Amino acid sequence: MFKTLAKSIREFKTPSIITPILIIGEVVIECLIPYIIANLINDIKAGCDFSTILTNGGIMALLAVLSLSFGAAAAITASKASAGFARNLRHDLFYKIQTYSFDNIDKFSSSSLVTRMTTDVSYVQMSYMMIIRTAIRSPFMFIFAIIMAYTMGGALSTIFVVAVPILAFGLFFIARKAMPAFTRLFRKYDRLNESIEENVMAMRAVKGFVREEYEKEKFTEASDEIRRDFTRAERIVAFNNPLMQICLQLIMIFVLYFGSKLIVTSSGSYIDVGQLSAMLTYGMQILMSLMMLSMIYVMITMSAESARRIVEVLNEEPTLKNPENPVTEVKDGSIHFENVSFKYSRRAEKYALSDIDLHIRSGETVGIIGGTGSSKSTLVQLISRLYDATEGVIRVGGVDVREYDMNVLRDSVSVVLQKNVLFAGTVKENLRWGNKNATDEELEEACRLAQADAFIKAFPDGYDTHIEQGGTNVSGGQKQRLCIARALLKRPMILILDDSTSAVDTKTDALIRRGLKEFIPETTKIIIAQRVASVEDADKILVMDGGRIVAQGTHEELLKSSPIYFEVYTQQTKGGRENA
Amino acid sequence: MKSEKKKAAPGTVGKVLFHIKKYRPLLCLSILLATVTVILTLYVPILIGRAVDAMVEAGQVDFSVILPTLTRIILVVSLTGLAQWIMNTVNNRITYGVVRDLRNDAFARIQKLPLSHLDAHPTGSIVSRVITDADQFAEGLLMGFTQLFTGVMTILGTLVFMLTIHVGITAVVVLLTPMSLLLARFIATRTYNFFHAQSEVRGEQTALIDEMLTGQKTVQAFSREEATLARFDEINGRLEKCSLKATFFSSLVNPTTRVLNNLIYAAVAMTGAFAAVAGAISVGGLTCFLSYATQYAKPFNEISGIITELQNALACASRLFELIDAPTEKPDAPDAAVLSNAEGHLKADSVSFSYTPDRPLIEDFNLTVLPGQRIALVGPTGCGKTTVINLLMRFYDVDRGIISVDGKDIRKITRQSLRENYGMVLQDTWLKSATIRENIKMGRPDATDEEMIEAARAAHAHSFIRRLPKGYDTVIGEDGGSLSQGQKQLLSITRVMLCLPPMLILDEATSSIDTRTEEKIQKAFARMMKGRTSFIVAHRLSTVREADVILVMENGNIVEQGRHEELLLKGGFYARLYNSQFAP
Repeated sequence: MFKTLAKSIREFKTPSIITPILIIGEVVIECLIPYIIANLINDIKAGCDFSTILTNGGIMALLAVLSLSFGAAAAITASKASAGFARNLRHDLFYKIQTYSFDNIDKFSSSSLVTRMTTDVSYVQMSYMMIIRTAIRSPFMFIFAIIMAYTMGGALSTIFVVAVPILAFGLFFIARKAMPAFTRLFRKYDRLNESIEENVMAMRAVKGFVREEYEKEKFTEASDEIRRDFTRAERIVAFNNPLMQICLQLIMIFVLYFGSKLIVTSSGSYIDVGQLSAMLTYGMQILMSLMMLSMIYVMITMSAESARRIVEVLNEEPTLKNPENPVTEVKDGSIHFENVSFKYSRRAEKYALSDIDLHIRSGETVGIIGGTGSSKSTLVQLISRLYDATEGVIRVGGVDVREYDMNVLRDSVSVVLQKNVLFAGTVKENLRWGNKNATDEELEEACRLAQADAFIKAFPDGYDTHIEQGGTNVSGGQKQRLCIARALLKRPMILILDDSTSAVDTKTDALIRRGLKEFIPETTKIIIAQRVASVEDADKILVMDGGRIVAQGTHEELLKSSPIYFEVYTQQTKGGRENA
Repeated sequence: MKSEKKKAAPGTVGKVLFHIKKYRPLLCLSILLATVTVILTLYVPILIGRAVDAMVEAGQVDFSVILPTLTRIILVVSLTGLAQWIMNTVNNRITYGVVRDLRNDAFARIQKLPLSHLDAHPTGSIVSRVITDADQFAEGLLMGFTQLFTGVMTILGTLVFMLTIHVGITAVVVLLTPMSLLLARFIATRTYNFFHAQSEVRGEQTALIDEMLTGQKTVQAFSREEATLARFDEINGRLEKCSLKATFFSSLVNPTTRVLNNLIYAAVAMTGAFAAVAGAISVGGLTCFLSYATQYAKPFNEISGIITELQNALACASRLFELIDAPTEKPDAPDAAVLSNAEGHLKADSVSFSYTPDRPLIEDFNLTVLPGQRIALVGPTGCGKTTVINLLMRFYDVDRGIISVDGKDIRKITRQSLRENYGMVLQDTWLKSATIRENIKMGRPDATDEEMIEAARAAHAHSFIRRLPKGYDTVIGEDGGSLSQGQKQLLSITRVMLCLPPMLILDEATSSIDTRTEEKIQKAFARMMKGRTSFIVAHRLSTVREADVILVMENGNIVEQGRHEELLLKGGFYARLYNSQFAP
C-alpha cells in the first residue's frame, strides 16, 4: 500500500527528507536547555557570581533562537512536502479515474470517488506531515530525553522503565479501542454524502412528492448516528489526557521522594537539586513525546483507512485498455458484429445482448427500433468500445475494435447518448469538445445542421452564452441539439444518435435527419428512435427485442415480415385517424 | 482575542454561539470542571514545593511532612484525572451535538431553498459544505472547548499563585506574554485567510470532480481526458499553494511558541536565580515557581494553536452558514390555506415570468381550466412548456399576474398542500438509490404492498420489476443506476399511479418508452386522468387529439388555444405545426 502511495511523492522527496533532519536539530537543542539550567541551579547553590548567570542566560537565549530557526525551516519543508504530495496524489487519482470504464466507476459509485479524492486525501496529507515531522520528533525527543535523564539521574531514571511501559500500554490500549469506531465512521460518511447529493439533484421530485419531512428525518437519523459514533469513540480517547497527567505526577512524586532521599544519604554527591529539577523536565518531555506518539498512532491508523481507500482507486485495473501496438487509423465507417454476446458483469446471469450478427456498410443509415430494455443502447455502445463484448468480435473499418487506439476509435465514432451531458462553460467551449480547433464558421455550420443555430443566436450572448453544470439553463430539446452539433464537429466516420432527439419536436427531428443525409452522406449513421418516422427512410432498420435482433430490412420489407414492426407502425400512425 | 476572531469572519462567532446556546447546562458543567481541573493542577506544585522544602531546608528529610504530602498529591492527581475525563466527554457531547444540529439545519435549508439556488450552485460545492466543512468545524470547536477554558483558567490561576510566591519574578513573566499574543495574532490572521482560501478551492475542485464523474461517458466518448485533466491540474495547483501556505503558518505555531516558552522559562530561571542568590526566595519556592512558569506559558502555546484551529473552524463554519442562511423560498403566507382534494379548477391571469430579467420568457399568459379537463401543451422545443410546469407547482414564483387553483391564488396556499395535489412524471425521473419499493412509495409511504403492486401493474412496471434479482427489494443505484431510461420512466409512472392526486402533470412522460408499452400506458393514463385535471406535454398525436384544450406555445407565449378541430379549422400556427409534426 505504501509503495503505491510513495509513487506520488516524486519531486517532493527532498523536502520530505530534509524535514526530519531539521527536526532532529531542533530536538537536540531543546534537550540541551534543561541541562544548562540544571548546571545553573547548582552553580547558584554553590554561590557563583552574576557573570556566570548572565553567560548561561545568553547561551540559553541563543539556543532558543537556534531551535526556532530549525523549527521554522522544518515547518516550511514539511508544508511543502505534504501539500505537494497531496497535489500529486489528487492528480494521480484524477488521472486514473479518467481511464476508468463505466464498469469501474459503477464499482465505486461516484459519490464515494468524490470522498476519496477530497476527504481521504486531506487525511493522508495531514498524516504525511505528521510522519515526517512529529513522528520523527517524538521518538527522537523520547530517546534524547531518556539519555539525558540517565546521564543526570542515574539510578533514578529507572522510574521511566516502569512508567513508560504503563503509559505506552495504556495509550495503545485506548487507541486500539477507539479505532474500529473511527473506521466505521468513514462508511457512514459516504452515505451522508450520497444523501445530500441525491437530494440536491432530485429536489423537484422531493418537493413534488412533498417528501421534505421524510428526507429530513432520514438525514437527521444519519447525522445523529455520526454524532453518536464520534462521541463514543472520543469518550475512549478522552482517557488519554488524565492517564498522561497521572503518570506525569507519579513520576514527579517518585523522583522527588527517592531523589531527595538520595540527596540526603549521599549528601549531594550522587545527585543534587539542580539535576533533580532537570530530571523533572526530562520526565515531562519523555511523557509528552509518548503522548504525541499515541496521537500519531491514532492519526495514522485513521488515515490508513483513507490511504487504503485511495490505493484501491489507484490500483483498480481499468477494464478497458489500449492494446500494445494500436491501430491508429480508421479506414472507413463499416461496422461488423460477428456473433457478439454481451453481459454487463461476469456475475450477471442474463446476457444483455445475444448472438448479434450485423453488417453495416460505410455510409449507410441504419435505424434501430425496439422496446424498453431491448438493449439498443448497449449495442451501439459496444461500437465505440465503452464496453468490451463478452463473446464475439466487433469490427469497425474492418479492424477489431480492441486493436484500435481508443482515442482514435472514439474520435471516429461520435455517439450522442440518450443521457446528454453538457458541462459548465460557454456554448462555444462545449461545442469545441468535438473539435478544439474548429473555427467559428465550422461551429455555426454544425449548429445549423443540428438545428441549434437559431436558438443559440436568440440567446443574449449567442455562442458565448454560459451553460451551467449539467446544462440546467437550457431546455431538454436544446441540450439534445447542442449535443448533436458537438458530435458533428468531430467529423466522425460513424455517427450514432441514441434516442437523442426525444425532446425535439418531429418537425425539427425531420430537419436534422435531412441535414445529415444531405451534408454528410459518407458518414455511417445509426439512429435509435422510438418514433418509426425517425427511421422510416433508413437504408436498413433493425428491430430489437430482449437483446436480440429479431428482424432487419427496409421499412417496406419489415411491414410485411415483422409483426412487431407492423404493430408499432400502425399504432403510431393510426392515432391520427382515430376519433378523440 | 475575541474581537480579532470577529474581524476575521464577521458574525460567524455569534452564529456559532447561538447554536451552542441549547447546550448551556453542559457548557456550564464544562466550565465548572475546567475550573476544578485547573485549581487541582495548580495545587500540585504547591504540594511539591512543600515537599522539596521539607527535604532541602531542614538539611535532612522530614518524613512526617513528606508522606502525608505525597498521599495528598496522589489523591489530587487522581481527582484531576477524573475531572478531566468527564470534562472531555462533556465537550465531545457538545461539539458533536452542535455539528449534528448544523448539518441538520443545512439539510433542512436545502429542502427549503428555491430551485433557482440549486440550479445555480454545483452539487459538489453544497456537498463539500455539509460534509467536509462541518467536519473541520467540529475538529476546531472540540479543540477550542477542551483547551480554551482550561487554558484561560490556567493562566489566571498561575498568575495568582505566582503572585503569592514572588511579585518581581511574576512581573517578568507577565511582561513577556504580550510577545506571545502578538505573535499568535500575526500567525492566526494569516492562517485563517489561507484556510479559508483552501476551503473555497476545495469546493471548486469537488464540483469539478463531481461534474466530470457524472459526465464520464461523454468525456471518454470525446476523448477529452487530457483537457479535463489540465483543468483539474490548474485547480489542483491552486489548492496546493493555499494548502502549503495554510499548513506552513499553522505549523509555525508550535516552534515559535515553544521558543517563547523557553525564553520565558529562561528569564524566570535567571531572575529566580538572582532572587535566590539574594535570599529572597527559597529553592523549593523557585522549583515551584519554575513549574508555574511552564504551566503559565503552556496555555499560551496551546491557545495560539487553538486560535489557528478555531480560525480554520470559523472559515468552515462561515461557509456552512452561507448555506444555512441562504435565502429560502418565500415562506408560505401566514394565512396560507391548505388545499385538500382540489377540484382542479385552474386559472392563470396575465402571468409573466422569466428566469433572468434580461431574457423575458413568459409574457401575459392567460388560461382557464375546468375540473377534469385535459390540457395538452404543444409547441416547438424551447417554447416554455417546462417553465409552465415550474410555475404550476410553484418551483418558481411568477413575476406578475396570478395563478389560482379552485379560485385561490396559489401563493395563498401552502406549497406542500399545493404540490400534494399534483402528480407529476417529469422528463428526468429522479430515482433515489434505494429499493424499488421505497422509490415507488415515495408519494405515499403508508401504502400497502398490495396497493403498490396494483399500481405497478397498472403502469406495466410489475413484470420487469419481478424479473429483477430481488424484485421490489432490489436496490437501484444513484439516479436509477442500471435501469434503462424506459424502465426508470415506468417506475416514476408507478409512483404517481400509487398516490393518484387530483391534478396531473405529465411531462413527455413517454418519450423514451417503446410504442407497444406506451400504448398500454396511455390506456392506464386515460383511466388515471378521468375526472382529474391533467397537463400533458407531449409530441404524440393521440394525446393531442384527446385533449380538451390544446395550448399552442411559441416563445413562452400561448399563441393559440382551443380544441384540435377548432384549431385545425383556424389554419394558424397549430395547423402548420400539425401538418409538419403529426400528419402521417
